[in-house]
Amino acid sequence: MLRNVLLALVLASFGLIFYNLYNSYEPHEELTGIAAHFAQDGAKEVGAANLVTAVVVSYRSFDTLGEITILFLTAAIISFFLKLSKEDEDTIITHRGTSELLVTASGLLIPLMFMFGIYVFINGHLSPGGGFQGGAIIASAVVLSIMANPNIAINHNVIVWVESISGISIVLIGVLGIIIGGGFLDSRILPLGKIGEIFSAGTIPIIYSFIGLKVGAELSNILNKYQKSQKES
Amino acid sequence: MEFLELGKIGLLIGFLLVLVGFWGILQQKNIIKIIVSFTILNTGINLIMVALGYLRGRTAPIIDDSVEQLANNNVINAVVDPVPQALVLTAIVIGFGVTALLLAFAMKLYTAKQTLEINHYNDLKW
Repeated sequence: MLRNVLLALVLASFGLIFYNLYNSYEPHEELTGIAAHFAQDGAKEVGAANLVTAVVVSYRSFDTLGEITILFLTAAIISFFLKLSKEDEDTIITHRGTSELLVTASGLLIPLMFMFGIYVFINGHLSPGGGFQGGAIIASAVVLSIMANPNIAINHNVIVWVESISGISIVLIGVLGIIIGGGFLDSRILPLGKIGEIFSAGTIPIIYSFIGLKVGAELSNILNKYQKSQKES
Repeated sequence: MEFLELGKIGLLIGFLLVLVGFWGILQQKNIIKIIVSFTILNTGINLIMVALGYLRGRTAPIIDDSVEQLANNNVINAVVDPVPQALVLTAIVIGFGVTALLLAFAMKLYTAKQTLEINHYNDLKW
């Protein structure tokens, strides 16, 4: 009883705060401050048609490096938590097969999903999307393949190599920015090109592709850990 | 039609989702349901942030034909705020990481006690 009263009290006070915030909120009519600068000069300075990508991979790319580090940390902590003992690692469990529909459809869909994921992160500087979204689409293809075939063994070595090479490449491109550009992760060390073309915006497409591969590999790694933890006795 | 403005609708739904998420976290007993409530709370906060960056009658912050049609290639008058969208992208990824960790914790808790009811985990209760 007391619990429910307290709960109602908490929710009511939050509701009051939100109600006041909502009532006093006046939408802006113009872009101001840093947003105006990004909109005005972003295309000229960075060369990316997608201004969100310009912010994520060029203006605030250090932030993005921290973000993929956090994702890596998550994968590392999960593999630490779900670590299997030696005997469990070697046990072979066979799951019941799944429905024919899922198996057949996944054979058709998985290559397309991989292709779409790669398309999304290669075009991250031109269209909605980018490395994180493309990586998530690739990981959803991995989910589908695990669901269609629960006995599938994901090659851990491929994941680790893709992840490590993309991570190191991002940092190396960043260091290259210090040497020949204006600072760490400066995207203007390659020619900016014409806005709206695939080879434009300096190193943004390259960095975002590496981010996409890294995110896809990390999410697949997490899924692999979840799948393997079923062996735990 | 003041009420039906897109930015305000987004804000309202975001606040409602935050309240639903808080309610779920405080009220639910099943750990999986608490994690789901957490993701609802997360979505609500992301929606609020995106809605705050919305400007009336403007298009997505991507420079293409729609920018030309809306404001004669004057980007600053045609696009919504790109900064909250970039921040929300970060927030979504962090939210994903936290959710994945919570699920790993839940799996570990289940292997320890064979139950997901939060009331059975009273080891730290005095």
